[in-house]
Amino acid sequence: MIAVRDLNVRFGRGRMAVHAVKDVGFDVPRGRSFGLVGESGSGKSTVLRAIAGLNPRWTGEISIDGEPQGPRRASSFYKSLQMVFQDPFGSLHPRHTIDHSLAEPLKIHRIRDREQRVVSALKDVGLGPDFRFRYPHQLSGGQRQRVAIARAMILEPAVLLLDEPTSALDVSVQAEVLNLLAALRARHNLTFVLVSHNLAVVAHMCERIAVMNRGRIVEILEQADLRAGRARTPYTQQLLTASRGYDREAARRLVEIHAA
Amino acid sequence: MDETGVAEREMAEPLLDVRDLDVTFETPAGVVHAVRGVSFALGQERLGIVGESGSGKTTVGRAILGLIPKPGRVTAERIRLRELELSTLAPKAMQSVRGERISMVMQDPKYSLNPVMRVGEQIAEAYRLHARAGRKEAERRSLEMLEAVRIRDPERVFHAYPHELSGGMGQRVMIAMMLIPGPDLLIADEPTSALDVTVQMQILAIIDDMVKERGMGLIFISHDLNLVASFCDRILIMYAGRVVEQCRAAELHRAQHPYTRGLLACLPRIDGERAVLETLKRDPAWAS
Repeated sequence: MIAVRDLNVRFGRGRMAVHAVKDVGFDVPRGRSFGLVGESGSGKSTVLRAIAGLNPRWTGEISIDGEPQGPRRASSFYKSLQMVFQDPFGSLHPRHTIDHSLAEPLKIHRIRDREQRVVSALKDVGLGPDFRFRYPHQLSGGQRQRVAIARAMILEPAVLLLDEPTSALDVSVQAEVLNLLAALRARHNLTFVLVSHNLAVVAHMCERIAVMNRGRIVEILEQADLRAGRARTPYTQQLLTASRGYDREAARRLVEIHAA
Repeated sequence: MDETGVAEREMAEPLLDVRDLDVTFETPAGVVHAVRGVSFALGQERLGIVGESGSGKTTVGRAILGLIPKPGRVTAERIRLRELELSTLAPKAMQSVRGERISMVMQDPKYSLNPVMRVGEQIAEAYRLHARAGRKEAERRSLEMLEAVRIRDPERVFHAYPHELSGGMGQRVMIAMMLIPGPDLLIADEPTSALDVTVQMQILAIIDDMVKERGMGLIFISHDLNLVASFCDRILIMYAGRVVEQCRAAELHRAQHPYTRGLLACLPRIDGERAVLETLKRDPAWAS
């Protein structure tokens, strides 16, 4: 469903240039869930934004459903691919009702039966029809993220790109949103690419996981290997150790690892 | 004496004793009761306060420091720091308690450091304010402090501006600044939540060593149950302004309260095999 080859992304020019993504490649078959995990600055979100067409300055090959993609995407592209962002407070227009926000993609794509689709999209994410006429500030963080997911789902895409979808939420709300995402994937045979700094979240949600460090994929693991702690590279091992909680001895052994 | 013995001896004469702390805010929509009847004692130990957003955990830390702005109202039977009763202290006297006796490290160093002042000067200022030392002496102590928080090149960092430092470096600088007056108690409010996990470990190790070496008490406020359980000696779990449960960190897995159990159950685990995560069913009785 998604194929990425030799992806490179650079920001800036000359001496100020930053090589944010270096020779990244992976495949995600239809209906599968792929995780990109790494620390801040590792390039994981930049990969996602390049796939989404939000960052036109990349080189390499990206194809979605067999179609090679250029730097810019036609509006029809977004019928098959949508994205959910980290901050549900920043991603919904504060002065638009939920109804307005959900109907907007339908207007852009000239889709009829808007009212009915809005109601069923809300129902799909576990919200009642009365949410249509509320504003974002009247919703909790978890409800907002459900609305953001409903907006992504309303065009019935085949691919959802998820950028830290639960990092701004309390853990009890995180569990609800992760369960919702898993249920939607099963119900609609969605393909996921999920970006997170949280190893437990990707281990729970993704069948294959790429670990990124300083712009490169350092290794790709199967879910079972990550869960069993079978990491091949020292970087991933270190990340696993640090994710298990505080350990004075482990802290002493931490070293800075530079990707080659 | 083993660790438990030390904690118990300390508790006979606690470093900090909080009884029946209440914080309310008057808002146009009515009175918000942010903290309700919170009591705890702290020895020379690492105490974690855990809860979700809105549980009141940060407000407890701020109330101890006298940092609740009007129209917020703080009442307590007692907020006693060793011999000193803080709840009735005049604002001026409280000013000298802050920093000198109790320090606070907050989540994001970007907002806690003065952006137009070199970090070294900020640390030296913290020292001079409390120790009445000269400029030269303050600079020397600041450089020592930067070294103590394991900054490799203290001279360079001393002369740097906050924007020139990474998040982890900024947090080291904050810790140096907070510890230089030699406080009895450090309150750390989500000190590592903005940092990567490996940097988080290093910062926690610094806090850990400092607390041990200097014999300080630590209140560690966090939303991260697993982190607190692995880092602290004892944990308070807060929900809707109340402490719903207290336990030794090592015994968190044996927690009794349904809220604590629910929080533990809804965390995804790296080694987990659960297809569906448990979700929290909130009981209105927890808040009453």
